[in-house]
Amino acid sequence: MNDSQLTGTGVVPGIAHAPAAWLRQLQLPPIDESTLDEGDRDAEKERLMAAVAVVADRYDARAAAATGAANEVLTATAGLARDRGWTRAASKLVATGTRAPKAVSEAIATFVAQFEQLGGVMAERTTDLKDIRDRVMAELLGLPEPGLPDPDGQFVLMAADLAPADTAGLDPERTVALVTELGGPTSHTAIIARQLGIPCVVAVAGLDAAVAEGTSVLVDGTTGQVRWGVPEEEAAELVAKDAERREAIRSWTGPAQLASGERVQLLANVADGAAARKAAPTAAEGVGLFRTELGFLSAQSEPTAEEQGALYREVLDAFPGKKVVIRTLDAGSDKPVPFVKHEHEENPALGVRGVRLSFARDGLLARQLDGIAAARDSQEGEKSEVWVMAPMIATIDEARRFAEETRARDLKAGIMVEVPSVALLADAFLREVDFMSIGTNDLTQYTMAADRLAADLAHLTNPWQPAVLHLVARTAEAGVAAGKPVGVCGEAAADPLLACVLVGMGITSLSMAGGAISAVGAQLGQVKKAQCEDAAVAALAATTAETARQVALEMVTT
Amino acid sequence: MASRNVVVGSAVGLHARPAALIAAAAAEYDDDITIRRAESDPGKGVDAGSSMMIMTLGAKQGAEVVVESDNEAAVNEIAALIEQDLDA
Repeated sequence: MNDSQLTGTGVVPGIAHAPAAWLRQLQLPPIDESTLDEGDRDAEKERLMAAVAVVADRYDARAAAATGAANEVLTATAGLARDRGWTRAASKLVATGTRAPKAVSEAIATFVAQFEQLGGVMAERTTDLKDIRDRVMAELLGLPEPGLPDPDGQFVLMAADLAPADTAGLDPERTVALVTELGGPTSHTAIIARQLGIPCVVAVAGLDAAVAEGTSVLVDGTTGQVRWGVPEEEAAELVAKDAERREAIRSWTGPAQLASGERVQLLANVADGAAARKAAPTAAEGVGLFRTELGFLSAQSEPTAEEQGALYREVLDAFPGKKVVIRTLDAGSDKPVPFVKHEHEENPALGVRGVRLSFARDGLLARQLDGIAAARDSQEGEKSEVWVMAPMIATIDEARRFAEETRARDLKAGIMVEVPSVALLADAFLREVDFMSIGTNDLTQYTMAADRLAADLAHLTNPWQPAVLHLVARTAEAGVAAGKPVGVCGEAAADPLLACVLVGMGITSLSMAGGAISAVGAQLGQVKKAQCEDAAVAALAATTAETARQVALEMVTT
Repeated sequence: MASRNVVVGSAVGLHARPAALIAAAAAEYDDDITIRRAESDPGKGVDAGSSMMIMTLGAKQGAEVVVESDNEAAVNEIAALIEQDLDA
């Protein structure tokens, strides 16, 4: 056991090296409500004003270091911190015997209430007032200043977990990586890191106890490792190499091709026309997963085939002449649609959802397929190649019934592989349908019996789990044998290393969030088919998720 | 006591930057200077040296306010500021 590193779940690849800076949350001890002796009140007033000055000066210093809008906002906040309107109100409270921390809290509360009553732009100011309050109280109580840390230079932001408000002012030029003790691949932290394009590791158990403020840490968002005490030279080399990799991603234009020449189809996951139009100019060769829930989840009554058709057509029109894989409604009691009465279910993930709901409600599937066919038929100019697949298929009978209804409308019929029963009998299922697409998020959830949304189960909801890899490999092999396409949509396809393993298994297409395509494409361009196959064999021989990733990495980098 | 009625000139009203500029000017005087909405009662004015107090007036562009102080020069300076568009 190495005492200078911890491993969590890497969610955004990349390497960064900088001192750790912790997000501080104000954890107030019980406030002293007792009345001050008259003789102590003047000293308490001075203490209050000194704390106000310290906090206001810090805002000013930050303003001086910032430019543009950030400078203006911070200067204004410094002014509010010093404002005599609230400081006099607080001083008056101290003069009557209230202790300074309580006086600050009460004085600011009065203004917050007034501003909230005024509404609009005034109400927005209350965030600043509360920030001032927290910082002054922390200063008075001798606690670390709450909020985003602001050390000199670049830093790695560390936190138990990050809330949207915490990350509002994050500057990716200075915050070079995010590391959290809690959270999972879909937590807010991960989403923010992806947006900012900075390396991110979540679910690092023991982080708070192990990494002190200011410790230089090397963060690897690919392996999930957080190391400290790394020699400066070694760290600099790793960071430089990573910068090269990022540059390769920036300059990658597609289409995806292995170093040995084989093509791999990279597709985009979209949920509506806007997302499809955004994905169209990228290197995506089509849509690999069009989630159709959006048109249903907000509708008070079931949209007609015609209404649905208009929605679907928007996506098709973004990709004329290209493949668009439409997934039929994947709703149920976990994602309820307002117009379907849901019986309470103890385990909604295992309940009436996906194709089970489409079959259970008379005509729901037929109307959706009519809408899809209408969208295709009404498309002007070059038509998209429309494939349709059903979510949550578990039995051969379901697959057969779905394929019949779909083909009756002259559409290509496929199924999602999310339930392990489908992966286990993949060859039999492939006799019923034209293609399959593996939804790794749900396949992992059902294989490992671990809720994909549970932050403390991130180690189980990891697609590198060997059992999951075996089910994927089995499905891919069945596809190769049947000569039918088997793709992967889901988080796994967006992991550049895992993408190599999937290709090595025989997966023919990878569908992912549009932003992930270049990273996957650039990585695939660096490896030969034989390396991918070796990586797949090695990963399948592993007995833990960590070793599976490690051996795959070795095969891909040698 | 000197007193002047003026109409708020700033597009955002007496908010943020205008409020801060007015408060900074008022704080230069030792005399008490107050601002109140014209429709409110005399004596209900807020401290013109505090941008937070000024903001509690919720005075938008076009609102009429009253500046009051024993120092006539102070009243004139603050009133002139209120009339301008300070956010421009």
